[in-house]
Formats: sequence, structure tokens, C-alpha cells
Amino acid sequence: MSDDGAATGDDRTTDDGAAVVAAAEAVAERIEAERDHLTQLDSAIGDADHGGNMARGWAAAADAARDLDDPDAETVAKTVGKTLMAEVGGASGPLFGGSLVFAAGELDEGVTPETAVAFAETYLEKVEDRGDARVGDQTMVDALTPAVHTFKKSIEVDDLPPIEALAKAVDAAERGVAFTVPIRARKGRASYLGWRSVGHQDPGATSALFILEELLDVAADRLGVDVPETDASSPTIPDEDPDEAAGDSPEAASEDD
Amino acid sequence: MKKLINDPDDVVDEMLDGMTAAHPERLRRLPDTQVLVRDDGPVDDKVALVTGGGSGHEPTHAGYIGDGMLDGAAAGDVFSSPTADEFEELIGACDAGDGVLAIIKNYEGDVMNFETAIELAEMEGVEVERVVVNDDVAVEDSLYTSGRRGVCGTILVHKAAGAKAAQGADLGEVKRVAEKVVDNVGTMGTALTSCVTPEKGEPTFDLGDDEIELGIGIHGEPGTERTEAMPADAVTEHLTEAVLDDLDLDEGQEVLTVVNGMGATPQMELFVLNRRLQELLGERGLETYDAWVGDYMTSLDMAGASITVCAVDDELKELFDAPADTPALTVK
Repeated sequence: MSDDGAATGDDRTTDDGAAVVAAAEAVAERIEAERDHLTQLDSAIGDADHGGNMARGWAAAADAARDLDDPDAETVAKTVGKTLMAEVGGASGPLFGGSLVFAAGELDEGVTPETAVAFAETYLEKVEDRGDARVGDQTMVDALTPAVHTFKKSIEVDDLPPIEALAKAVDAAERGVAFTVPIRARKGRASYLGWRSVGHQDPGATSALFILEELLDVAADRLGVDVPETDASSPTIPDEDPDEAAGDSPEAASEDD
Repeated sequence: MKKLINDPDDVVDEMLDGMTAAHPERLRRLPDTQVLVRDDGPVDDKVALVTGGGSGHEPTHAGYIGDGMLDGAAAGDVFSSPTADEFEELIGACDAGDGVLAIIKNYEGDVMNFETAIELAEMEGVEVERVVVNDDVAVEDSLYTSGRRGVCGTILVHKAAGAKAAQGADLGEVKRVAEKVVDNVGTMGTALTSCVTPEKGEPTFDLGDDEIELGIGIHGEPGTERTEAMPADAVTEHLTEAVLDDLDLDEGQEVLTVVNGMGATPQMELFVLNRRLQELLGERGLETYDAWVGDYMTSLDMAGASITVCAVDDELKELFDAPADTPALTVK
């Protein structure tokens, strides 16, 4: 397992903290820019509040992160999570924010390839448990699961540099978002629509993708490298329900407004 | 639509301050929160009972804070779950070291926020158990839920579990009693008019002058059937039969019943429903142990009512009879 990025001292700890603050700020900016897009997705299958709630929550989270005095990564992640939990409300508060509070503990030794994998796995596990959702339910789990599995495999098996692993994870999340379109919602507000949920892109999965895209951009920026090109043949189709995974999306998930 | 409010954004905040002003000897508001707790709490040597949910169901939730019932309640915005951090404050403020029972109505937002808070509280060393109430027999999987909705039967959980806790029972025993109520209670409601939320200012759903919705949820969620308006007896029969079919009770079973107003129903009409309800129970060979009539779990200004039936045994009868001293329910 690669150990290149292991925390080596206080400078590194502070640097990791600053990186997480930068990530929170980037996500807040992105979600604000996508607010109408997310609301539009939600209005088709839910109550049209996802964009507004997420934008309000991330703006507050970025402010709270910025106000911290020289924090480490765990503290920033926990603060962002707590703020999201308090400000987003509904089910998205505990899912996006609560999960982050719990996963933040994995960053207590800074951001390394190992801690990042542990963080991602804990985050996904908390989202799955809290939402009682699995791949194929048309939720944010459909974006996060392939992303987290791809990230872990790229680090632990393929021994790729972390930035490439993250780029592959984003690519996987993008396919996961596309996967939400042709399937039927089984959890969340959209499940109430039954078969009428088929054909709609899940707003929560879309938000999760936007967050991952910003994490990648911030990571590349801080490393001073370009965002790596990903290989389109990455093994990313969610694997827990092959029957449903076989359906292909009629729309590209990367189509922003 | 006319309403006695100032700004819709302030309505919950102002309501909570008004409640504590009405009951300063019983209720205290945690600073910078929408959480109300017992003024004399946390109560030593007692399992704490906490609940919460969206506002607009008054006297639920904070109306049942007091001796023999709840230790505290978190109020969300109108028809919206409180956030996890508010539930976390609630649990922390009410725990006296003997554990906390969280009573959760089965709505996705409430369940997820409460569960997040419970996990955080457990990390702080608080012992927490939870019970999810799902007494509405009308619909499986609705607008806000997977599974059945939690409605007026929740009050009976507060009462029985609250009495058990007041007797000094441990957390496991208090939870067992709460689950016994959940396993033996069923409710179904009807709406004559839609509720009007302060935010929207107009009816949540359209219901014709000559129509009623059977199986309505407490947020105006759709029920099982929309029919033409019927006389009180016919409505009572419809609701009662749906509840009794679900409970499937043996002849001679003793029951506690609740005829609950949805917020804008005259007591006169609730008593008319109760009259027919008691007749129906008699026809089915059931024995009414106690009959409650009033507004317990409302839906803002909705006109309508729900009928709750709970099968009781000696233990539950003793607990329903035990003293309670709260703003909305007093048993001496």
C-alpha cells in the first residue's frame, strides 16, 4: 500500500486542514451554482427543496470551516458535518452531514491515501445505514458506492497515485448518477412515485457527484497538477444488482445546466 | 387565507416562547434551540423520555412534557423534522444518567435525524433506546414514510412509557412497555378540509365542498380514498372498521379509545363520533376500558378527526391510569 502521503508533522496537519477548508469552500460555491439545477431535478420527484437546502447548508458550512483557527483535517470535516446537519434539514442533513461527522474521525492522523480510503468507506457505510439504502434504490448511494469502491481498489490493488484514484472515483460516481435515471426509486421521497420515478436523475446522487468533482479539483490544485484524464473502461458499473445495472441511461449525467 | 401569525418564519419560535410563558413552572426552553424540557429536569433516578417532530401538531409534542410523561421535546419547523443537532441537545439535556428512550413517529426525516442524534449521544456515553411509532393503518409507504405513519397512537406511548419510567423502571422495561403499546394500537383519520401551512398560506390539497378524504395523514398526505361527504355515523364506521380489521382483536378484549380532533373540529362533532364508536365496539364484543375525546395530535387547521383503538391488559391499564401532570394531559 502506498505510504507516500503519510502525515509527517504539524505543518502537514495544518496543511491538510487548510485543504479541507478549501474543499468546503469549493463545494459551497459549486452547489450554489447548481442550486437551480438541483431544485429542478428534485421538483420532478420530490418537494423541490434540495437545491435551496444544500446551498444554504454548504454556505454555512464553508463559513464555519473558514472561522476555525488553524484546524486539522478532522476538526474541519467534523465542523462541516455538524453545520450541514444543523442547516440542511430533512433527510439530507443527517445523510450528507451526519455521515461526515462520523467519518471525520478517520482523518485524525491527517489526509493520507489510507485515511482517505477509511474516510470514504465509513462515510458510505453511514449513508447506507442511515438511509437504509443500497445500490439500485435511486439514491445518493448509487453515486457513492461505485466511487468509494473504485477509489479503494485504485489505491489498494492498482497502487495508483491518490489523485488518479480520485479521478477514477469521480468517473465512477458520474456513471452511478447516470444509473439512477432508468431505475425505480425504492428509498427517499421519490419512492412514493413508484414506477413514475423511472426516468429521473436522483438529485442526491447528483449532489454527491458535484461534491466529489470539487474534491478532485481542489486536490489537483493543491498538488499543483492537472486533473488526470480517466480511462473510460474503468470498472464502475454498480455490481450489486446486475439486472437493473444492465439498463443504460438515456441521458448523460454530466449535463449541467 | 387569514391566520393569527406575524411572520411565517417566526411562528414556531413565537409559539415556543408563548408555551413556556403559559407554563413557566413546567417548561423551559434550551437557549438557542427549539427544544423544550421539564423545568425541574433532568429528573434523577428516572429514565428520560424524549420525542419531537415537525410543529403544527399541537399540543403534540411539548404539551405532553411533565410528570408521568415526557422529559423534553424538540420542535421542528412546521411539518419538518427537527435537525439532528437539536435532537442531540434534547437527549443530552434530559439524560439524568439512567438512559433515554426516544419516541419517534415513523417519518423518514424524523427517523434519520433522531438516529443520527442517538448515535452521537451514544458516543458521548449516553445510553439511548428508541421506539418507532407506526399506528396509522391507512397506508403503507406514503409521502413521507416507508412503512406506516406514526400518528395519534404516539400519545398513548408517551403515557404508558412515561408512567413506567415514573415508577422507576429501567430503560429496557420502559422500552418494552412502549413497544407493547405500538404493537397493540391502530389509528385512522379523515379530513373534511385541508390544512393551511403558514408558509404556503393556501390549502395543502384540494378537497371539494362535498368531499372527504379517508385515511388522511397528519400533514395532509393522501389517504386511501376520497369519497362524498357522509354522516358522522358512516365515517365512524369506516374508520373504526379499518382500525379493528387491522388489530384483529378477540371478543371480550378491553380497549382504550381516542377520538382525536385534527385542529378545526368542534368538540360537539368529536363526541358524536365517540358515541357511534362506542356502539360499534359493543357490537363487536369489545369492552371499552377508557375513552378519550379531544385534540391530541392535530394538523394545523384541518377539519377532521382520527379514531385510535389500543388493546389493553392489566399492565397497560395501570399505566394509563397512573398520574400525569402536563400542559395537555392531566391524570390524577
